[in-house]
Amino acid sequence: MTTAPRAIGLPVGRLPRQTRRRSSGEHLWRWGMMLPILALLIGMTLLPLCALLILSFSNVTWQNARPILTSAGLANFAALLHDSLFLASIRNTLVFAAAAVSIEIVLGLVLALALGAVRRGKDFYTTAFMLPILLPGIVIGAIWALMYNPDFGIVDASLGALGLPAHDWLGNPGTALGAIVAVDVWHWTPFCFLLLYAAVESLPTDVFEAARIDGASAWQRCRYIALPLLAPTILVVLAFRAIIAFKVFDEVYLLTSGGPGTTTEVVSLTIYRRFFVEDHAGSGAAMSIVAFLVLGAVTLAAMRMIRKRQAR
Amino acid sequence: MSRRSRMALLPHGVLMLAALCFLGPFVWIALAGFKTQIALLTSQIVFHPTLRNFHDVLFSGTSDYLHQCLDSLIIASGSAVLDLAVATLAAFSLNRMRWPAWCTIAAIGWTAVFHMVPPITLASAWYAMFRPLGLDNSYVGMILAHATMNLPLTLWLMLAFIADIPTEILEAARIDGAQPAQVLWRIVVPLVRPGLGAAAVLAFIFSWNEFPVALTLTQRATATVPVGVASFAQDAEIQYPQMAATALLSILPATVLLLAARRLIVKGLTVGAVK
Repeated sequence: MTTAPRAIGLPVGRLPRQTRRRSSGEHLWRWGMMLPILALLIGMTLLPLCALLILSFSNVTWQNARPILTSAGLANFAALLHDSLFLASIRNTLVFAAAAVSIEIVLGLVLALALGAVRRGKDFYTTAFMLPILLPGIVIGAIWALMYNPDFGIVDASLGALGLPAHDWLGNPGTALGAIVAVDVWHWTPFCFLLLYAAVESLPTDVFEAARIDGASAWQRCRYIALPLLAPTILVVLAFRAIIAFKVFDEVYLLTSGGPGTTTEVVSLTIYRRFFVEDHAGSGAAMSIVAFLVLGAVTLAAMRMIRKRQAR
Repeated sequence: MSRRSRMALLPHGVLMLAALCFLGPFVWIALAGFKTQIALLTSQIVFHPTLRNFHDVLFSGTSDYLHQCLDSLIIASGSAVLDLAVATLAAFSLNRMRWPAWCTIAAIGWTAVFHMVPPITLASAWYAMFRPLGLDNSYVGMILAHATMNLPLTLWLMLAFIADIPTEILEAARIDGAQPAQVLWRIVVPLVRPGLGAAAVLAFIFSWNEFPVALTLTQRATATVPVGVASFAQDAEIQYPQMAATALLSILPATVLLLAARRLIVKGLTVGAVK
């Protein structure tokens, strides 16, 4: 992160002035190489967004695989304000993201600092810790569905060994969201660990050596040297994880499908339900637009913040 | 001295506990995959291992698993190749062909925004667009969708790697009369091979793993592995050991890639994410 312009891919390698005469052939190459990405971005992101915008102001019915639109004005958006499912999903997503991300950052930081402190086994540990990031979320859901099973799952079996009673973690409204947070912590702590570990590895060793000679304890070196130096990275990881947490879908879809009741309903699931299960495309599109605007704004704000920190 | 050595044990203890938490589920699920339904339901610790579950998942007439693997393979490779081509061309042009800085910032900003919104929002729009065109439930539609979803990551990676090439090398080639396409193909591509490798591996894995878009844009003919696993897991008469076997088979590609290309993956994840 020390080379900020490089890291964000700004052109650093401009040619010197005397070779700057541009021939028309070069102009063609320059644009030609941009054509594929422009086609993909316009065709697959800009047009769909416009379609979504139109749908969100319409009532949609399907006829022979073609959508028939009638104007609905602002009705779809107005309905969202009283949509108890949508409101519940926003609340659950916020609770889920806050709980999961804070736990993951703390655990990721502990693991990164611990791995920074040992000499042997680094390769083994990074490989073991990375595996969950690369697995399909839906398969992680399937694995945990088996582990949470009240009849034979390892979760209740372990608790039983400690003398605790079996419990239907996913079927009980009080524990379902917590159980999903636990799965997410298992899935995404490795990601926080990986980014934080890269920062831990690049900490200056001489400062720690000096502090050790001056008699600072391991805890003091962590608290007063490592943490302040890691703070910018922690902030970046926090922003990234928080944004990704709002996309949660796979595990919830597989483990609870939003139940029991609406206790684990999340935003992505509600959009999916409206659009594809209840066949109410207008309402689903309105939700999508709201989600897009809110998360897009948050993303741009986070990017600004990160770039300001990098520039410092 | 004894205090110091005791302190040194603490990180090891933490790491071992964490490794147990991360790897334990795999051991348990692997054991479950080799059990019979009865052995699993009665939580037998000592049991006769059986290959029956794997055989049923892979070869029984009612299982679509091998077909889903083929679909996933086609879609993941197709979208990864498309991503590499599109991202490398764009990154080279943006980084080395004198676009004003705001173009790069706009490209990064726009890809960041749609990278961060839930995929289901785009999936619903793609569905509405693809259905009249007959692109829903087709490989082309899925390849385009996954290529778009993984484009931010591949673009950022290629921008970062191409920015690291010393200007002098490209300049020398230009002075020797090489066309931009020759510079790209003969000089840039060989130099950024690690970047291409990292981008390809990650784009492949993320496409293989992707669920919400595959769920909405595919039907039986093009269903990918996660779609298959999801429908399996929600079956009313669920065969738990077969589900464990399916899960175990489905994590094989990522595990093999991780063991074979860990350094590339670490590099790709940290470079791509820290931006």
